[in-house]
Amino acid sequence: MNKTLNNKAWWMVLPVILSVAFSAIMPLMTVVNYSVQDILGPDQAVFVGTEWFKEVMRDESLHSAFFRQIWFSLAVLAIEIPLGIGIALCMPAQGWRASLSLVIVSLPLLIPWNVVGTIWQIFGRGDIGLMGKLINDAGISYNYTGDSTDAWLTVLLMDVWHWTPLVVLLCYSGLRAIPEAFYQAAKIDGASRLAVFRFIQLPKMRNVLMIAVLLRFMDSFMIYTEPFVLTGGGPGNATTFLSQYLTQKAVGQFDLGPAAAFSLIYFLIILLLSFVLYNWMQRVGTGDKI
Amino acid sequence: MARIELAGIAHSYKPNPSQPSDYALRPMEMTWQDGGAYALLGPSGCGKTTLLNIISGLITPSQGKVLFDGRDVTKLPPEQRNIAQVFQFPVIYDTMTVGENLAFPLKNRGWKTADIERRVAQIAEILELSGELKHRASGLTADAKQKISLGRGLVRPDVAAVLFDEPLTVIDPHLKWLLRRKLKEIHHELKLSLIYVTHDQIEALTFADQVVVMTEGEVVQIGSAQALFEAPEHTFVGYFIGNPGMNLLPCSLRGDGVAINGTNIALPIPAGLSVAEGQLTLGIRPEYVVCSPDQTENALPARVLNARNMGTHWLIEAELGNHRIACKQRALHTVNTGDAVWMKLPAERTLYYLNDKRVA
Repeated sequence: MNKTLNNKAWWMVLPVILSVAFSAIMPLMTVVNYSVQDILGPDQAVFVGTEWFKEVMRDESLHSAFFRQIWFSLAVLAIEIPLGIGIALCMPAQGWRASLSLVIVSLPLLIPWNVVGTIWQIFGRGDIGLMGKLINDAGISYNYTGDSTDAWLTVLLMDVWHWTPLVVLLCYSGLRAIPEAFYQAAKIDGASRLAVFRFIQLPKMRNVLMIAVLLRFMDSFMIYTEPFVLTGGGPGNATTFLSQYLTQKAVGQFDLGPAAAFSLIYFLIILLLSFVLYNWMQRVGTGDKI
Repeated sequence: MARIELAGIAHSYKPNPSQPSDYALRPMEMTWQDGGAYALLGPSGCGKTTLLNIISGLITPSQGKVLFDGRDVTKLPPEQRNIAQVFQFPVIYDTMTVGENLAFPLKNRGWKTADIERRVAQIAEILELSGELKHRASGLTADAKQKISLGRGLVRPDVAAVLFDEPLTVIDPHLKWLLRRKLKEIHHELKLSLIYVTHDQIEALTFADQVVVMTEGEVVQIGSAQALFEAPEHTFVGYFIGNPGMNLLPCSLRGDGVAINGTNIALPIPAGLSVAEGQLTLGIRPEYVVCSPDQTENALPARVLNARNMGTHWLIEAELGNHRIACKQRALHTVNTGDAVWMKLPAERTLYYLNDKRVA
């Protein structure tokens, strides 16, 4: 069959091209523009090539922020994913108890980021905060503004509190989608509770878990507001994550060139890691070669 | 192998059942003979699946006992009952291979690897799955998956009965026949008791030696296909089995015969029934009604609503006063809608029902 060639159809794609251009491509190109120039004044700019990229890559404080970030994201995943699965497994399947537990679990998700930071800032204070006071009264020295370990743990705990509910909700929806017959068949096959989890629930939660891992990874890798409100990146640089580092460069020191160069690197890192993570998860547990 | 007895079994999903309609399964007595092929037939929501789940132990009945060879198993969990069950939608363990799927029930029961392998190979042979053992189960077609679910039941050598809960619903029609034949083969080979739930009468009648017809939580008749067709014990069996179902006409007995719709026809009054019975229901299969365009003696006048030549036979629907009567017969001159016809009801084929139960 001969198809008539009709290039007018391309006009149909135009709205999408325009909106993507304005929302993504143009802003990105501005950043690219900054990353290869030294902006001296409103009308003065010098092309510097890859100079900013080299400078940023050599920056010691970036290296430490990067490793801090990696460890933080790994810790977030290592805690939130198993915890989320565990809570979802414990939640009632139906009736008013199911609705109630869903509402309670989702509450942290409804709180704005900076409010979460403020809540934990007060919660963790040694003098008036419930958690800080209790820990100190128990004889353990705890001060998130002074001790870098305490600060790091507090940011981690805050993230777990704030975002585990998302994992719970995703897992819960995955669990509810399993037909009753699977559990009945497992009972007849004499499967233990552990085997039911391993061979029915976990495989059936695969897809939602993949979304949960990706979302939590990307989100935690870009974390900014909560540590900014809670610790401001301190004490010292103990909780300065990559976003914090970037903001300090761009807004604090107004080094637009290095900041732009780093933005691009940051973006590529997230893209690359998510890609690797996604591809690995696509294969894991399906018996294909990883 | 076991004889399964249900002694006074009843089940309600409500905590305090007070009236019959609260029961998903009304009190019943029943025995399933060892090695029998039974079909549980009834419309959706009649309690078939509840009955099946009581036998397998997925549901503990509200009252009554389940006995396997006389041993009370009412309180035993499913894995201790030697029962295999195949569900409507194939249940397979996605992450395992076909072989691992088949081995799973044995592994859970702590068998040795060598024994498991031997047994799995044996069952795979029967089910024609030998070539697939190393393949991942998740990529297979619905009928192969259903064979695996069946295999997980058969793999246990102590299995007493295999229960099927509408297992062919999601299978393509041409594969249904193959799979059903496979089931019959397995039944003959392994001499297992099979209980097969379905709402498809053809499936039930071709599969089973004994068909158990259920409606509204009650078993209304147990019998062979022939018995269900020729002597339905309950009006429900009459109209549920057969296509179209039995004609059921309200009638009253007179001294000289039966009055239907004000017309007296001379039919011998069956033994054991007297005029005093009052309102009865007369039942006759459409296959036995004789329809004729000419007036004959002892026939009921009717008006044709719909007449279709179905190739092998005529199907005539006619109006008999306020009632409808269907007739299925081979030879007939063309009749058209609105024609007057005469319906004759052969005495040897008429049955009588009082309160839905057959009385003669």
